[in-house]
Amino acid sequence: MNPLAIRDDFPIFQEKINGHPLVYLDNAATSQKPRQVLDVLRKYYESENSNVHRGVHTLGTRATEAYEGAREKVARFINAPSPYQVVFTRGTTESINMVAHGYARAHLQPGDEIVLPPSEHHSNLIPWQQAARATGATLRYLPLQEDGSIRLDDVEAAVTDRTKVVAIAHVSNVLGTVNPVREMAAIAHRHGAVIVVDGAQSVPHMPTDVQDLDCDFLAFSGHKMLGPTGIGVLYGKPSLLAEMEPTYFGGEMIDIVELHESTWKEAPWKFEGGTPIIAGAIGLGAAIEYLSNIGMEEIAKHDAHLADLTVQRLAEIEGVTVYGPGPGKPRAGLVTFNLDGVHPHDVATVLDAAGVAVRAGHHCAQPLMRILNVGATARASFYLYNTEDDVDAFVAALKQAKEFFGHAIG
Amino acid sequence: MQLDDLYRQVIMDHYQHPRNQGQLADDAIAVDLRNPSCGDEIRLQMLVEDGVVKDVRFRGSGCSISMASASMMTDAIKGKTISEALHLAQTFSGMMKGEPADLDELGELESLQGVSKFPARIKCATLAWQALERAAEASGADGEVK
Repeated sequence: MNPLAIRDDFPIFQEKINGHPLVYLDNAATSQKPRQVLDVLRKYYESENSNVHRGVHTLGTRATEAYEGAREKVARFINAPSPYQVVFTRGTTESINMVAHGYARAHLQPGDEIVLPPSEHHSNLIPWQQAARATGATLRYLPLQEDGSIRLDDVEAAVTDRTKVVAIAHVSNVLGTVNPVREMAAIAHRHGAVIVVDGAQSVPHMPTDVQDLDCDFLAFSGHKMLGPTGIGVLYGKPSLLAEMEPTYFGGEMIDIVELHESTWKEAPWKFEGGTPIIAGAIGLGAAIEYLSNIGMEEIAKHDAHLADLTVQRLAEIEGVTVYGPGPGKPRAGLVTFNLDGVHPHDVATVLDAAGVAVRAGHHCAQPLMRILNVGATARASFYLYNTEDDVDAFVAALKQAKEFFGHAIG
Repeated sequence: MQLDDLYRQVIMDHYQHPRNQGQLADDAIAVDLRNPSCGDEIRLQMLVEDGVVKDVRFRGSGCSISMASASMMTDAIKGKTISEALHLAQTFSGMMKGEPADLDELGELESLQGVSKFPARIKCATLAWQALERAAEASGADGEVK
C-alpha cells in the first residue's frame, strides 16, 4: 500500500494547521474521511434520500436497498454468517449499553460475576457497573501485567461458573495491547458465560473474523474507520439477539401493536426503532469498501510499523516514558507516552503549534490511569494515511516541546 | 499561533514555583474540583474572617496553565473581601472570553490573557476560579459583587 497515494483521497490533508501541513495522529479518537465516503453521502442525499422499509415509492426502495446493502458489507467485513446479525447503532458506546441493558440485566442475578480488566475504556466499564448495581451482580477485575497485558492463567482463575459476562477490548485504546480474545472466548464459553468484545480500536485496524474469534457480541464505531460519526455496529450471535430485549421502542421496530401490548420484529430490526441512521450506514458501507480495497492485513502491518518506529524513536529521547508493550513487543498502531516534567496538555499544545494532532488526557480510562500512576498521558495513534515522515514530524515537535519547556521552566 | 503568547515567562515562573501551595487547618473551607475531561484536579482551602480572605492554599495536579492560574489566583485574593475576590473572578472570566479587561485589577493575571486564544485550554485556566466561587459561596460571606 502507498500512504502517499492514499492521502490524496482525503481532502483534510489540504488544510494547514497553524501554518503547517496536518500531521494527524489522533486516529484512535476518530479517523479522517476519504472522498469516496463523502461522495457516497452526497449521492445518497442527492439521489436516494428517503425513509427505509416503508414507502412503496421508488426512492424508498433505493434507500432501503442502499441501507440493507451496507448491512451486508459490514457482515462480510467481519465474516458474520448473516447480515441479520448486524445491528446498526450510534457507535460502540450505544452497542455495549444495548447488550448490558437488553441482554445482561435479564441474565444477571445476585452472586453472578462480570469479568473484565481495569484497563477498559469507560464505555466497556460503566455499562457493566450499572448492570451490576441493578442486578446485585459483582464486577471481578483481571490483573494486568506490567506492560498492560492479560495472562490467560489469570483469566482461567477469574472465570468460574458464576461468571455470566466477560467484557474485553480487543485492542486497548491506551496501551495498544492486543488482548487474547479468541482464547478468552473459549474460557468464557466453557463456563457458560458470554464474551462481549469492544472492537472500537481493532476492527478499523486489523482483519476481524467473528466466527474465528467466536465472540458472542462485538461492538465498534464507524467514525474510527473512515466512516461518518453517529453510526456504529453491534454484532451478536443469532440466539442471543433473539433473546435480547430492544432498548428503544417506537416506530419501525414493531410487529403487531395493540392498545396494551405489542410484539417486535426480528433482529436486527427490533433494535433499530425510529428512522435509522440511513446515511451513516451507507457511508460506513463505503468506508468498508475503501478499507477492503487496500486490505486489512496491509493496514494492520502499516499501523504497527509506524507505532514500532515511534517507540524506537521515543526511546532515544531522554525523559520520555512509553506505556504498554516494550520495544519489539507486539503492539497495535498507537503509542501512549509522557514527557518528564511537562503536562500532556502542554505537550499537545506545543505539538499542535507544529501542526501535529495528538490526544492528551485520560483517554476515557481513569482506572487505568490510576494503575499507571499518572493523571493524564499523551497518545499518538496511526492509520493508513500516516507516513514515516509523520513520525519524523512528531518526534521533531516533541523535541521542541522538551526544549521549550526545559528552557521556559529551567 | 505563537507559543510565547500562551506560555509567558510569569506563567512558567508560577508553574515552577507555585505560591500558596499546601494546606490549611481542617476548619478552613475546602473545595475539591476536577476537570473530568482532562484529569486536572485542585483542592482549594480558604480561611475567611469577617468577609475577608485571611489565608488561602491550594494543592493539585494539572498542566502549566491550570497550576499557574491557581497560584496567581491565590496570590491575588489573599487579603481581599469575598466580594472583591468574586469581582476579580468575573473580570478574569471576561478576559477568558476575550472581553476587554481591567489590567489594573488583574495585575500579573493579565499574563493569562493569551489563553483566551486557545479555546481548548480555557477550562485549564478557569478551574481554580471555579473553586474560588464555590469556596466563596461556602463561606457564607456577603458575596454580592459591588
